[in-house]
Amino acid sequence: MKARRILLASLLAGAALATAAPAAFAQAKEQFFPLLSYRTGPYAPNGTPWANGKQDYLKMINARDGGINGVKLTWEECETGYATDRGVECYERLKSRPGMTLFDPQATGITFALTEKVANDKIPLITLGYGLSVAQDGMAFPWNFPLMGSYWTGADVLIQHIAKKENGNLKGKKIALVYHDSAFGKEPIPLLQERARMQGFDLSLIPVTAPGVEQKAAWLQVRQQRPDYVLLWGWGVMNSTALKEAQATGYPRDKMYGVWWAGAEPDVKDVGEGAKGYNALNLNSSGTQPKVIQDILKYVHDKGQGTGPKDEVGQVLYTRGVIIQALGVEAVRRAQERYGKGKVMTPTQIRWGLENLNLDDKKLAQLGLTGVIRPLSTSCSDHMGSTWVRVQTWDGKKWNVGNDWYQADESIIKPMVRSGAEKYLADKKLQRRAVGDCQS
Amino acid sequence: MLYRENGQFKTTYRADQQIFPILQDRLFIGLLLVVAFVVVPGLASDYMFRAILIPFLIMALAALGVNILVGYCGQISLGSGAFMAVGAYGAYNFFVRIPEMPLVPAILLGGLCATAFGILFGLPSLRVRGLYLAVATLAAQFFADWMFLRIKWLLNDSPSGQVSVGSLQVFGFPIDSAVSRYWFCLAILAVMALLAKNLVRSAIGREWMAIRDMDVAAAVIGIRPMYAKLSAFAVSSFIIGVAGALWAFVYLGAWESAAFSVDLSFRLLFMVIIGGLGSIMGAFFGAGFIVVLPIFLNQLLPPLFAAFGMEISTAGLSHAELMIFGALIVWFLVVEPHGLARLWSTGKQKLRLWPFPH
Repeated sequence: MKARRILLASLLAGAALATAAPAAFAQAKEQFFPLLSYRTGPYAPNGTPWANGKQDYLKMINARDGGINGVKLTWEECETGYATDRGVECYERLKSRPGMTLFDPQATGITFALTEKVANDKIPLITLGYGLSVAQDGMAFPWNFPLMGSYWTGADVLIQHIAKKENGNLKGKKIALVYHDSAFGKEPIPLLQERARMQGFDLSLIPVTAPGVEQKAAWLQVRQQRPDYVLLWGWGVMNSTALKEAQATGYPRDKMYGVWWAGAEPDVKDVGEGAKGYNALNLNSSGTQPKVIQDILKYVHDKGQGTGPKDEVGQVLYTRGVIIQALGVEAVRRAQERYGKGKVMTPTQIRWGLENLNLDDKKLAQLGLTGVIRPLSTSCSDHMGSTWVRVQTWDGKKWNVGNDWYQADESIIKPMVRSGAEKYLADKKLQRRAVGDCQS
Repeated sequence: MLYRENGQFKTTYRADQQIFPILQDRLFIGLLLVVAFVVVPGLASDYMFRAILIPFLIMALAALGVNILVGYCGQISLGSGAFMAVGAYGAYNFFVRIPEMPLVPAILLGGLCATAFGILFGLPSLRVRGLYLAVATLAAQFFADWMFLRIKWLLNDSPSGQVSVGSLQVFGFPIDSAVSRYWFCLAILAVMALLAKNLVRSAIGREWMAIRDMDVAAAVIGIRPMYAKLSAFAVSSFIIGVAGALWAFVYLGAWESAAFSVDLSFRLLFMVIIGGLGSIMGAFFGAGFIVVLPIFLNQLLPPLFAAFGMEISTAGLSHAELMIFGALIVWFLVVEPHGLARLWSTGKQKLRLWPFPH
């Protein structure tokens, strides 16, 4: 009886605490960043460094600059486990916090579910290098920001690179897409089909059931078809499994090209030598040389306040987390330039900031991002900003980044984005944004 | 004393056959409905509606359906997620393909699609039972997973396999605010629960229970096993299908087939086991336990740790949540294998004798 009473009492006390807790956040002069992340589940190896980078950057800005023009940054992580319903719950939980800034859901499935919700709640949604490809059209998707690239630009660059290797002629070549069988993996298909039609190569689609640990059937198909190239569209545990299967199948790794989500350390580390020659897109550089990473080490990790292990600082996905957060913080800074420095910005004002980002070389140098990304500038109609990307190769121990920068071919992407966005608007019975709306 | 039946005489068969023969029960249910329909919308926050109450209502509806099949008819099913998926995609196809299709008929038609699917995958139940049937119904799950990934037509040729619906309305009223969504789900749940409660008290419900308790004996006394089993599959998958349509339309808004994975089937089965097999009330308790508890723990643990001067990481939190959840499930099943509904009826029994227990 006694134990039961104690249990009951502690539960009640806990409930009281849980309801009282939000009141503690109601403080002025704080810009709140909700951090949706997944540190558990099949995608945790890749989700964790990403989440660490996002959090460390916020810590660094607070420690080094004292926030944005005096506005402190606060944040709260919410674990989604990459599951859409948990992601929606996290979104609903955090969206009405005071000082709300923007969401980065870290998963394509959650992005789809949130796209309509953020439009109703008027909160920006940034999806750096993932999410909805058609959302590049800011006039149709006023609240989505697929910054720096989408799956369509990634797929386009991969084909460009392969075409270059084949001296511009892909006619009659066989290219297989081994993809994660979810919205994430299927997004590039329309673009690849378009490219296949234009350039006359043969595209075969080989799905791998989520989470991607079981790929025997897929690689059996690869063995049968003997494609000239394999595009790998995987995430998490699927990537290293695919490389191991390729090794077992005897498929040459140097004919394999991964998207940027299949080109980080956790994907190849376990395979090591077996992945030698494997290529992937490189959306951002890695390593500890950039000033921003040095600052994080100096202001956060050296003080023992780092979020993850110190030796993972500067890895590919960690750096991507840093970039995502840096762009979010810059959007707030940009919004403050217009709406008043030292004030807490509302999500609508931050949208203006996101639509007017102008990160030239000078600005990137200030941010310590020189060499990490290329200059980027967004506008009301272009929510992507830039599509620069390189190709990197794994030499068995580290990634070696090639020198050629690629950009997605606008003449292919633009019409597809336009027609996709029109279809979305028609399906939803929505209107394109008025041009006057861009100023607010 | 609070729960005394003394003096409540039933003088007609009608009175004897009421759903809630005791006055206190009637009052309680009436009060509960008033609270749910009137009081809660005035009190709950947007977050409460969108993240807790709406998923709770929809999952309670699904658990109700599962309970009819598993709890009342004894046909263990691991294909509930598939039935939800069929309901969701069925409703979606009616909704987007037929111009001006109203929401409610679309959802009901989705439920009918699930009914057909349920009967089809219920056929093995005529030959196999128990654990074997559970494994056989997994086929439904895998088939649905495959179907909603591969058959482009069912997805309205969506290139990414992700589909979405918008601008919902019922009889001209838009269903976009949190409260209207809540009312919509609550109304459907209330109607379905009432129908289900009546159904399990009727002749067909007794046939299901007879089949559950001993199918050979049931057949001997003249119950047709085929009719009883397949009707249980039909009714149950209709309700689950409607719940699936609501889950997709009202809660998620945009979804892919991963939203109805085998994981969901397991969760639904846990709901009815923890809530109480063969009890309408149990579906509500089970859904509450499975839906609300993880979210509650997730919000409770950080301040609880903070109160003792410790900090818990997001990953640690997530793991702690799973461990506590697992431990509670085991604890419940050891202490009360008949589920939370049994605790409820034990409580009622105690109140009947209170304050003079014997």
